[in-house]
Amino acid sequence: MNKNYFEIIRAGVNTTFQDKGRNNLYHIGIPFSGAMDYRNYLLANKLVGNKLDLPVIEFAYQGPLLKYNGDKINIAITGEVIFKLKKRDNEIQGNCYESYLIEDGDEIDILSTNKSVYGYLAISGEFDLKLQWGSCSINTKANIGSNDGKKLENKQEIHISKINLKQEKKKADYLNSKVENIRVIRGTNFDYFSEEGKKIFFEKDFMVSKLSDRMGMRLEGPKIENIVNTNIKSEGLLKGVIQVPADGNPIIMLSDHGTIGGYPKIGVVASVDYDRLVQISPGSKIKFKEIELPDAETLFKLYEMETQNLLSQI
Amino acid sequence: MIKNISNLGDAALYCDFGVEVNKQINSEVIKYFNTIKEKNIEGINNLTPSYNKLIISFDLRITNFREIKDRIEKLDVRQTLKTNNKKLEIPVCCDSSFSLDIERLEKKLNLTKEKILENFFSKDFFCYMTGFIAGMPFLGDLDQNMRAQRLETPRVKVPKGSVGITEQFADIYTFESPGGWNIIGNTPIEVFDSSKEIDPNLINPGDTVKFKQITLEEYKNYNE
Repeated sequence: MNKNYFEIIRAGVNTTFQDKGRNNLYHIGIPFSGAMDYRNYLLANKLVGNKLDLPVIEFAYQGPLLKYNGDKINIAITGEVIFKLKKRDNEIQGNCYESYLIEDGDEIDILSTNKSVYGYLAISGEFDLKLQWGSCSINTKANIGSNDGKKLENKQEIHISKINLKQEKKKADYLNSKVENIRVIRGTNFDYFSEEGKKIFFEKDFMVSKLSDRMGMRLEGPKIENIVNTNIKSEGLLKGVIQVPADGNPIIMLSDHGTIGGYPKIGVVASVDYDRLVQISPGSKIKFKEIELPDAETLFKLYEMETQNLLSQI
Repeated sequence: MIKNISNLGDAALYCDFGVEVNKQINSEVIKYFNTIKEKNIEGINNLTPSYNKLIISFDLRITNFREIKDRIEKLDVRQTLKTNNKKLEIPVCCDSSFSLDIERLEKKLNLTKEKILENFFSKDFFCYMTGFIAGMPFLGDLDQNMRAQRLETPRVKVPKGSVGITEQFADIYTFESPGGWNIIGNTPIEVFDSSKEIDPNLINPGDTVKFKQITLEEYKNYNE
């Protein structure tokens, strides 16, 4: 049997292995992690005929340049990704949501996630990875997950332990929708903020700061005034929670967030908008729209049905 | 008892046990935490106990706020649960290379270094919760005269093993991380061991911790 692997010629900005993440570890300080954009993660696995919960490669902004060595294998890329496939005698511009058969010596050059943040690369088979708490998901801040919890580096090799017998061409008809408004449910400390502050929060534009990563998204814009206390007794956090520290600039907790925090919670991003939220790139504008719990639940149900629908059509 | 249950977003319950921070309220939180964990309720995918709150996260694909709230309200938590709380001794070296904020604290508290350390090392600490970063214990309570605010500008990097204090609490940085607590020393002990999938935390909620001062010499030889 041949050894099948990718050689990393260029690792990219933040390239990690991700899957569905880890449950039931908040109480010891370990967050979910997992693929930031869950829908695009599922689609990537489905396009290569995998079980939906298998590890994939997640990249941000500029992705990796990978050289493949081994037996023929299908790959698929999802997100808003610009990439090229360099074959022995030709070079093609790749399309997202379409699987490609690659052969020994081929290169995948993931140039950019365009105006979004995260993209996914799945292979029709399995990466050779050591799991931690049942998941490969790399949390670089806590050094948890495969690859010793570190992001992938130049010259490293990514080994493949299994290639699926069936290598079928698959395609999906999908366009990532752009959202201008992110829907938010009031947080447990909503009344810590002045009337003016609450108004600003739901009416004004904020800008996503460059200091955003898998842990959190920092926002810049008009300051939100706190009239009660800029600290609370430290308590649990969740992905999507929007905290406002003393400086009045909101921070949204993302998948690798610290599990406990002491800043007031002005709101929580509705689950339906999380996948789209994480794709808003630094420098872009973001606006919050208030919704009530029952609406958030209904919208999530519809979103989930749409995801299942998309998956069943592949 | 839970004083109030509200929703935190669309996929979590926010259980409020009261405004104060004390062992009694925290024991209630931990009792609920243990009971819910043992019951393995379908759909619940995370529990975060803290001083006086318990956050219950669930998978919105499987269940919803109303269902889980109903389950929690009907929960029988009277049963006495087996507690295996430990008493631990944690060695701490306060050499000037580790006690990054001791001079700042002397000014803030108006106490000498000797007094601060004497007070710190004579205390029995109770572990309220673990988290923020993996395995970090939140311990209390410090005496009134030992309570200082966080640094105005948090450090970008607090060294691994640092022992810090703020307000009535002490904590241990289980790995290098940003943070704003006043650092008084460093422990050579591994407080979080990520190679252990079961019980990676040395210190768990409900445990009692006593710090023991060690010399730089002892610190250096500790892991040999």
